Amino acid sequence: MNAIVISAIWGVIMMFCGAFSKNNAAIRATAVLGIVLVFVVNLMELYGTKLFTINTTGMLAFDNFGLLFNAIAIGCTIAYFLLNGRDMEKVGLHYAEYYALIFFVLAGIFISSSFSSLLMLFLGIEIISIPLYILTGADKRNLKSNEASLKYFLMGSFSTGIMLMGICLIYGARGTFNIEQIALGTTTLTPMIGAGLLLLMFSLAFKVSAAPFHFWTPDVYDGAPTVFTSFMATIVKAGLFVAFIRLFEGAFDAMQPQWQTLMAIITAATLIIGNLTAVFQQSVKRMLAYSSIAQAGFMLFALVAMNGTGKEGLLYYTLAYSVPTIGIFAILVRMKDYTFEGFNGLAKHHPVLAAVTTIFLLSLAGIPATAGFMGKFYMLSAAIQNGHVMWLVIVGILCAAISVYYYFRVIQAMYFKDGDPQELETSGFHKGLLILMAAFVVLIGIFPQWLIQMLYNFF
Amino acid sequence: MIPVLLIVIPLLSGLATFLIKQEKAAKTWSLFASLITLVISVIGIAVVKDKAALSANLEWLPMLGSSFAVTLDGMGQILCLLTAVAFPMIFGATWNATYKNAKNFHALMLLSQAGLMGVFLAYDALLFYFFWELALIPAYFLCSQWGGERRIAVTIKFFIYTFVGSLFMLIGIIYVYFHTPGQSFALEDFYKAAAALSAKEQNWLFWTFFVAFAVKMPIFPLHTWQPDTYEQSPTATTMVLSGVMVKMGLLGVIRWLAPVLPMATWQNGDTVGLLCVIGMIYASIIAMQQDDLKRLIAYSSIAHVGLMCLAIFVTSEKGMQGVMIQMFNHGINVIGLWIVVELIERQFKTRKISELGGLAQKSPALAILLVVVALANVALPLTNAFIGEFLLFTGVFTSTASKMGPVFTAVAALSIILSAVYTLNMIQRVFYGNTNQLTANAREIRTNEKLVLGILVVAILVIGVYPKPFLELSQGTVDAIMSKMINKHPI
Repeated sequence: MNAIVISAIWGVIMMFCGAFSKNNAAIRATAVLGIVLVFVVNLMELYGTKLFTINTTGMLAFDNFGLLFNAIAIGCTIAYFLLNGRDMEKVGLHYAEYYALIFFVLAGIFISSSFSSLLMLFLGIEIISIPLYILTGADKRNLKSNEASLKYFLMGSFSTGIMLMGICLIYGARGTFNIEQIALGTTTLTPMIGAGLLLLMFSLAFKVSAAPFHFWTPDVYDGAPTVFTSFMATIVKAGLFVAFIRLFEGAFDAMQPQWQTLMAIITAATLIIGNLTAVFQQSVKRMLAYSSIAQAGFMLFALVAMNGTGKEGLLYYTLAYSVPTIGIFAILVRMKDYTFEGFNGLAKHHPVLAAVTTIFLLSLAGIPATAGFMGKFYMLSAAIQNGHVMWLVIVGILCAAISVYYYFRVIQAMYFKDGDPQELETSGFHKGLLILMAAFVVLIGIFPQWLIQMLYNFF
Repeated sequence: MIPVLLIVIPLLSGLATFLIKQEKAAKTWSLFASLITLVISVIGIAVVKDKAALSANLEWLPMLGSSFAVTLDGMGQILCLLTAVAFPMIFGATWNATYKNAKNFHALMLLSQAGLMGVFLAYDALLFYFFWELALIPAYFLCSQWGGERRIAVTIKFFIYTFVGSLFMLIGIIYVYFHTPGQSFALEDFYKAAAALSAKEQNWLFWTFFVAFAVKMPIFPLHTWQPDTYEQSPTATTMVLSGVMVKMGLLGVIRWLAPVLPMATWQNGDTVGLLCVIGMIYASIIAMQQDDLKRLIAYSSIAHVGLMCLAIFVTSEKGMQGVMIQMFNHGINVIGLWIVVELIERQFKTRKISELGGLAQKSPALAILLVVVALANVALPLTNAFIGEFLLFTGVFTSTASKMGPVFTAVAALSIILSAVYTLNMIQRVFYGNTNQLTANAREIRTNEKLVLGILVVAILVIGVYPKPFLELSQGTVDAIMSKMINKHPI
């Protein structure tokens, strides 16, 4: 509750900030202050201090899983703000509003990570989506940005409609919105619950850009201003995943044998389409869009397996995927040429940036001694432990091997190909932060212990 | 403590090398670091007799049942010695070669040494997997940065090949892990897991592990990355790849596959054996057609490794003993051959056999040293490889586990004859006959190069005459592995 209230309030504060101050540095400082505050209050709640006692009549439930996820999401947002603060200035004139919208998105994420009623799920997802439509179109004079925004809005509202329909059907069948009560006694799939479940699954699959509902993703991620793509592809996506797993674990766990195969097919399709299409991209930004689809495929393993390992793994994966992706986008956003050739010869002129990018890419590819490996390890373990989907595990590793090809293309360009590198302004602070993030990725890759310990303690 | 040092010293010295500015200093430093590692590994073999000092078990991931467990057992001693010997040799032999960004080159070499040591020492499956992949990353950068013209495409093929294999192994490891008593990654618990696995499970698990090891060795038909990679890599890296890194696959089979899944190993032994002999003949025939020295040695290496793999799968004590000693022998012999290729290529800028000739007149020392190494490659008596291959053949022939023993022996022996054909043919065409324009002004090799090759030749002859210390070293491991494998025979 702490985090929801504070982030919503801070969103409003940011809006006023924009009205009263034209000083970008001050706005930036306020935003960073706000996000740190949200982090602190979320931690306080995790350790038992509740600032607000609001009776939500059982519509929200704050458990450790959700709060821990919030902590990871806020932590990533802090890094995101610090890295990309200056780049957001360049998007348009409404600097403070961008921050306000991001705070609202975060409030939505916190609701999605703690809902226990379908209404709250709907509310949370809408609170996430609407600011994102605006952020996608933030670069008002850019046609691609406008196109992306419109496309996202139309497709997104359509899927929201589908979700509402699903919720209605479930309500019709069980007479309640509460997911625990839905779960009670529902072990067999009646046609109405089945239809509702399918519609919910499809609409959430749309939101996390799982195939075959992924078509909006590359265009939207490519068209949106790069700073916001970074935010959408990482923190927001992970937030939607948490909503997804919360719903299916809470409401439909007992029916898992009936929907597992379908979920496994969606997962396999996501992995295959995401990875194969990424291979053919010419632009690193678009490649990262497809890579985010591919990585979503791995996160879906948690939903297919639906066990403790998978849930833990999802938290770990969120971190292992978000930190490197935010890092790569933070470098990409300062480049003028987004193609693979644009990276040619980067290692010679910016050895530090090339080295950290390499670590981030190795992590995304899942090479041991980076966080990405432990993430994939968890996901594979979850599926193997589940035991029914060995074929999916095989698909998963073949796709992981394909992903090496396109991630390493960037490494090849940076280190092994000559080229005139483009100008790239970086500050010492920017570099230092990236080095810290790379060190973090390696550290939790080699010693995942403290993170795992934290997960075990709270579960 | 010793095994930890063997990993940490190359690792830290490698990281430190990135910071050294001067080329000369980087070279000296890495040679010095590799010599220290050599001294420690010799101490670990000859001086320290206390078992406790040869293993370490540090806490790593207790929640997952994995720990930083490393042990220097008999097989580990042989392979660590090989690794520790190989790197100073390589640094010594390439002392006069110039590399762009020499510091990065040497740093990555040392890092790959750390990874290799880790693979040979790990007694924990997750740790093993960690090092297995980590040994690959420096090799990837070495080949892509300093290799030949087609390096980028070839190296990514190599990387993806091995990565797919490794991931299959990861599935196998995780699956076995869930069947160990108390869910642990420790080696001894892996040995107990077979009891909880049905024959069918063991069977498919076998292939998940075997694919990873077969790619690394490489075994036909998964060998296609190897000749290209060996050819395109800088020769110093090729030495690491073929001299030391292929042993990762053999060690994997001996430590992590055969004793963990003994039933399946026995069942699939003949299938694998068949692949091995097909590969041996196939590689030998192709080697005969090669004009490029590097490709010739690459294919020859496939044939030799195939024989070792065959000997493991026929489950006989003599064969296993032969594998142990032959892993070391093949390592130093093939490194010797690569050094000669490197010296020739550096001087004449070509590796084509057809463009060379008459080198013996101009460079007699190189010729003599090469002839000894080449004869070892053909496994002539008095050389080290004779002991190894003799044991291997005896093992395969007398095997009670495989009905195909005599057939395998006959076919494999054919490949030895073929290896004599292409090796001697190569010597004749490169070193004897008349000089041509290119080789007319050849000069003798330098003192340090003579020294390195000289040491190798002495080692080849000494082990060839007196292999007893080596055989004693590995006896313990062989007994332990054999007891686990033979118990499960339905004979």
